[in-house]
Amino acid sequence: MAALPKRIVKETERLSKEPVPGISAVPHDDNLRYFDVTIDGPSQSPYEGGLFRLELFLPDDYPMTPPKVRFLTKIYHPNIDRLGRICLDVLKSNWSPALQIRTILLSIQALLGAPNPDDPLANDVAQAWKEDQSKAIETAKQWTAQHAARPTA
Amino acid sequence: MDSEDDFNSSQMSEDDFAQDSDVEIDEGKDAESARSSSCDASDTWTVDSDFDDDVGFESQDKDIKPNKHAYEVDFNVFEPSQIQASQHKQIAEVSSILVQPPEATAILLRHMRWNKERLIDQYMEKPEETLESAGLGQDAATNPPKITKIQGFCCDICCEDGPELDTFAMRCGHRFCVDCYRQYLYTKIKDEGEAARIRCPGDKCNRVVDSKSLDLLVGDDLHDRYQELLTRTYVDDKEKLRWCPAPNCVYAVECAVKDRELPRVVPTVHCDCGHYFCFGCSLNDHQPAPCSLVKRWLKKCEDDSETANWISANTKECPKCHSTIEKNGGCNHMTCRKCRNEFCWMCMGLWSEHGTSWYNCNRFEEKSGSEARDAQAKSRQSLERYLHYYNRYANHEQSAKLDKDIYLKTEKKMQQLQSSTGMSWIEVQYLDTASHALQQCRQTLKWTYAFAYYLARNNLTEIFEDNQKDLEMAVENLSEMFEKPIDQLQGLKVDMMDKTAYCNKRRIILLNDTAENLKQGNWEFNVALS
Ligand SMILES: [Zn+2]
Ligand SMILES: [Zn+2]
Ligand SMILES: [Zn+2]
Ligand SMILES: [Zn+2]
Ligand SMILES: [Zn+2]
Ligand SMILES: [Zn+2]
Repeated sequence: MAALPKRIVKETERLSKEPVPGISAVPHDDNLRYFDVTIDGPSQSPYEGGLFRLELFLPDDYPMTPPKVRFLTKIYHPNIDRLGRICLDVLKSNWSPALQIRTILLSIQALLGAPNPDDPLANDVAQAWKEDQSKAIETAKQWTAQHAARPTA
Repeated sequence: MDSEDDFNSSQMSEDDFAQDSDVEIDEGKDAESARSSSCDASDTWTVDSDFDDDVGFESQDKDIKPNKHAYEVDFNVFEPSQIQASQHKQIAEVSSILVQPPEATAILLRHMRWNKERLIDQYMEKPEETLESAGLGQDAATNPPKITKIQGFCCDICCEDGPELDTFAMRCGHRFCVDCYRQYLYTKIKDEGEAARIRCPGDKCNRVVDSKSLDLLVGDDLHDRYQELLTRTYVDDKEKLRWCPAPNCVYAVECAVKDRELPRVVPTVHCDCGHYFCFGCSLNDHQPAPCSLVKRWLKKCEDDSETANWISANTKECPKCHSTIEKNGGCNHMTCRKCRNEFCWMCMGLWSEHGTSWYNCNRFEEKSGSEARDAQAKSRQSLERYLHYYNRYANHEQSAKLDKDIYLKTEKKMQQLQSSTGMSWIEVQYLDTASHALQQCRQTLKWTYAFAYYLARNNLTEIFEDNQKDLEMAVENLSEMFEKPIDQLQGLKVDMMDKTAYCNKRRIILLNDTAENLKQGNWEFNVALS
């Protein structure tokens, strides 16, 4: 495997030395471009109390192209589809090579706190969200309790 | 269905023929030369003429096309270098009005999608905001972009540092090392096909990379691709320009017909590559039918044609929900799969009214049955009406292919004849011309049937139908000649040329009539033209 670019080495170092509160990202030993990620559901959101697992992969042309990120934990959210794919502008057209893994993960955390049914990826969820928001929030809470429960230590 | 005409129109040179040949082809020749002049108009276009200017190109065409037919529209064909030149010309012009350097003007124009009036207005009113929104910020003119080394700099993209590192930033100040900047532009242009609106690599920065900066950073290979993409965006942004849809064709066609005019005009244009297409919808030439009818018709054919024949013979519609039901046994007791309605196949009446005489329907007079039969008859009728037009439409499409096959075979034989008898190339060109006329007339005829399907009867329809009949007869007469044995063909040359000319003439008459009445809104259609 080709040597890891300096940029990725530095980012990884910083992620472990100065972790972002509520977020962890740990590279695999055998593939330093592949990260196991967890994000705490933000407080005051239907995802509060949940622990969400994601996978993050840095493609060869990173940081010219954005990292590939996907939810592994099932989540009821208008901007995240059944396969865990995320609709977030900074992961697509608004990606800048000056952005980093940590900024992307922060944006995802923010997205959990502020669902945007007007720019949906999961159409059925977005529809439900628009028609009856309190019911949709209730469903999101149920899913959080059911799928994103923290492992009892 | 297969309504896609092949791009057979790499049209041999019937224009050349009309000019080179000394044979008189009365009206037919008129038509040819009128059309060829409208095609040749592009040749007279020079870099100096601003083809963006409404007035400019109308007056320009006036002298070139003395007798344009009612069904013809003005258009010009441009090759890539001309498109580029016209961009440069407009940039230079606007640049002097705004007193901004050409690079910045180019960005502004692209930002405004080449609407120069809007740009000038907006700039005159709020110059700062206009520059800002295009990503230009202040004083774009003063410092030209340059590559520099900066003490203590660390690149945010690659994390490299050191005093020898070449760096670059636009006026927004987002500085990165040159390698990263270069790779970024490479990714945008090569992989993502972006050009006109590439933004600074800095996060949330809206500044657009100008062509001076680009020149400084990228090599020639990328530069060509960049120019190509800019031209592509330019044509896409311009309402009056469209790419020729023929495969691998690099020309763009300019035509002033706007979308809202499409219910009144069918703007067929002829690209220099030989392809005839509709400027309104980019489909193959579909005169005399307006774009919206064509769209409707193709959709209908797609939905109906394959099954329509079979349906008409083997099925009926459920009298209650109108879904189609196939009878596949001898029993007349039908149950609709969709709405569970039970009815009698014979009389279409409710099965419950049949009592116990299940296999012997004698309830033909029952009210529920007679109403259902009326509805059925009506829907049958509309299906039959559709099939009437569809079969003729499809027939011409099919025949055009057969005609072409025969022609190709004939051409081969003619070549043999040519080498054995020493006949000149020009002497056998009449076959070429005839074949081409046949293709074009069939194409027109084909669409007259779609047109007729949506046409509501008024006192004009009879004239239309007569024209259609005349063209059809002319076409079949010419088509027959191709079936003659090869040794007779040469003797039929004059006859064939006459018939070719007559076909062309009938086509022009029909197209002129339909186009004129369309323009004046004299046709009534049984659907709305959108
Ligand atoms: Zn910037
Ligand atoms: Zn760098
Ligand atoms: Zn073309
Ligand atoms: Zn059209
Ligand atoms: Zn039914
Ligand atoms: Zn019956």
